[in-house]
Amino acid sequence: MYRYDEYDQTLVDERVRQFRGQVARRLAGELTEDEFKPLRLMNGLYLQLHAYMLRVAIPYGLLSAAQMRRLAHIARRYDRGYGHFTTRQNIQYNWPKLEDTPDILAELASVEMHAIQTSGNSFRNTTTDQYAGVAADEIEDPRVYCEIIRQWSTLHPEFSFLPRKFKIAVTGAPNDRAAVRLHDIGLIMRRGDAGETGFEVIVGGGQGRTPFVGPTIREFLPKKHLLSYLEAIMRVYNQLGRRDNLFKARIKILVHEAGAEKVTEMVEEEWRHIKDGALDLPAEEVERIRAHFAPPPYETLAAAQPAFEEKKRADGAFATWADTNLAAHKVPGYAIVNLSLKPVGGIPGDATADQMDAVADLAEHYSFGEIRVTHEQNLVLADVRRTDLHVLWRKLRDIGLATPNLGLVSDIIACPGLDYCGLANARSIPVAQRIGNRFADLKRQHDIGELKIKISGCINACGHHHVGHIGILGLERKGEEYYQITLGGSADQDAAIGKIIGPAFSSEDVVDAVETVVNTYVELRQNGERFIDTYRRVGKEPFKERLYAAA
Amino acid sequence: MPLLKDGVLVDDPWVTVDDGTQLPMDGPAMVSLERWQAHRDELLGRNAPLGIRLKSDQSPALIADDLDRFAVVALEFPVFRDGRAYSYARLLRERYGYRGEVRAVGEVLRDQFLFMLRCGFDAFEVRDENAAGQWREAVSEISVVYQPAADSRTPVWALRHRRSAAE
Amino acid sequence: MALQVVTANRIGDGTVVYLTRGGGWSERIADGQVSRSDEERDALMAVARAKAEIPEVVEPYLIDVVEEAGVVRPVRYREEIRAQGPPVHPAFGQQAAGG
Repeated sequence: MYRYDEYDQTLVDERVRQFRGQVARRLAGELTEDEFKPLRLMNGLYLQLHAYMLRVAIPYGLLSAAQMRRLAHIARRYDRGYGHFTTRQNIQYNWPKLEDTPDILAELASVEMHAIQTSGNSFRNTTTDQYAGVAADEIEDPRVYCEIIRQWSTLHPEFSFLPRKFKIAVTGAPNDRAAVRLHDIGLIMRRGDAGETGFEVIVGGGQGRTPFVGPTIREFLPKKHLLSYLEAIMRVYNQLGRRDNLFKARIKILVHEAGAEKVTEMVEEEWRHIKDGALDLPAEEVERIRAHFAPPPYETLAAAQPAFEEKKRADGAFATWADTNLAAHKVPGYAIVNLSLKPVGGIPGDATADQMDAVADLAEHYSFGEIRVTHEQNLVLADVRRTDLHVLWRKLRDIGLATPNLGLVSDIIACPGLDYCGLANARSIPVAQRIGNRFADLKRQHDIGELKIKISGCINACGHHHVGHIGILGLERKGEEYYQITLGGSADQDAAIGKIIGPAFSSEDVVDAVETVVNTYVELRQNGERFIDTYRRVGKEPFKERLYAAA
Repeated sequence: MPLLKDGVLVDDPWVTVDDGTQLPMDGPAMVSLERWQAHRDELLGRNAPLGIRLKSDQSPALIADDLDRFAVVALEFPVFRDGRAYSYARLLRERYGYRGEVRAVGEVLRDQFLFMLRCGFDAFEVRDENAAGQWREAVSEISVVYQPAADSRTPVWALRHRRSAAE
Repeated sequence: MALQVVTANRIGDGTVVYLTRGGGWSERIADGQVSRSDEERDALMAVARAKAEIPEVVEPYLIDVVEEAGVVRPVRYREEIRAQGPPVHPAFGQQAAGG
């Protein structure tokens, strides 16, 4: 993984000093809250319903064991013993003290981490495929370009006061695990005519109150032009993005109102002036960064692992987990292991400090000391020998991270909702917990198959409900929580925005409603169809009929 | 308004003239884009330095052909959150090669100085005289830059390889 | 006239607090000074804003409350959660102390 050199380290150290000064000025009353707010937000510090909240950047979701241990330490020493992994592959702490935040940032800097731009109207953490570098279907490792983008977008002098926040996602594989079409900018690695690699560039996707699947504005961008092209997009957006209405300020609205063609034209015109200039990274710098992502020293192993197969035959619970939570690795004899942060009845994405420490140990023993965070709020050990899987599984089970539910009905994305968030209209976590409990029978979950439920507590859609196969949106009506259900959303390469199925359900009824949708699918499905396949074949009517038949 | 140039408070010789107000006979005067567009010839006939003040929705592209007429281009920050002028300043310096004064006016705060400086601003109308004391700290607290801009700082990616080439 | 109290977050640690009768801050809404008229409300907010200037607290604002058998409760569910702590973590916040 990328390691800081003296320059990277200097920047985060200086940033800690700078923020320490800003906090001191705030506590002394030299800065008003209005003046301090943008400064704290540029360092990921929010004020939420109960307390401050600190969001720590995990660049493209990649962590070393030492970094994970530091996150655990911070949870214990400065917070309440846990952290929450987010859909931007970051982690957030719900109870830090303002007075402690400079020390927390210093702790982070000591392990090459920071909280820069995890909030505010600037570039946010660039996200990617959690299987980057190891996926069997990958064209090229996207993390090299994520790191290049991370550096370029850090404290960018021109783009630190954008109309609104800005999110970039990159995938190196055609199977999109990073929801790139739902980002302000999405980049998909493609091959050009001569077999060279470059990017398809998508602009103006997003969720929130007006969701869009982003259009492609350039089919193929040679890699060397990446930063100049991004800068051209940003310069157009910074000048023309709407600043009169917070809800219309994202680039998706500019793309929607001006049209993708017009935006493309403006971007290309701007790019004409700046391409082949100072933003072309020297090849040796790209190679320097690439070297950090060199494959770890894999052993030469046979693709077939009889011992692993034997364990599966002998141990049904292990087999279930292996069939559900593993993904294909590009190197023979290795597997990608998903650690579910969605235990039945648990809080999606939460991990205790003890779990974090344990994962760090397991990463060191079994996966070259690295951990990934997924946008679906789970963790990944990406490089595990198949012969180690059984013992790893037992250890994961001991710490509650072996729930075999990856991609299943209880693997739910949920925003923090009204339990924590000042913007929320309704709670999200308890709905996720109740759905998890309703479908607690794993056999039933496996019979249902791939089904992505995503829950947001308000229209800002932090819980990605628009792209859930089943999406749930919390509303408030006369002081009561209600939940609107959408069906047919998807965040992958066939991205789609879900359709509202009908009137919202009370908190009491929403879990029954989800179960009715699931049962309807089970009755209608043909020949191994997934939920989303059946939905696409039959449309929303049969579901609607069943849901509202009694009314 | 106190004016900061090169980190020190200076006397501001410029008078900003509202659209409805008579222009002074002599002395440097700063006018709006609207006044410039409506009274271009009259303004050029004045035998004194001319400046222009652009609102945050007025791109310098609108005056690109006339930039050599202006000794100062002032770019407005109606609120600090409105970051359009950062792009405008870079366009002035890097696209149009403007060498005169690029002045930040409006809500200009200490914690923006560094970004503004990097984008090509070289004069800053500030709220109070304390700003001068804060200037040096504000523009030096982050020494590492990751991107080329309108200033002379070298991005780290170039420094890294300059160093390794020398080794 | 709706009954109201002033709430805010303490500057240093972010804890939810309520403006009390003595002009201090308490973590318990029960200690909050209830305003019963426009004048009382304005006076309370003036005190709170002055304290936010110091700064003792962040972003003070008024919430509607009801009084039932002498007990003050927020009208909105959001404020109930804020007063008590996150329902998913019963050990956190005032709910742990039994309200």
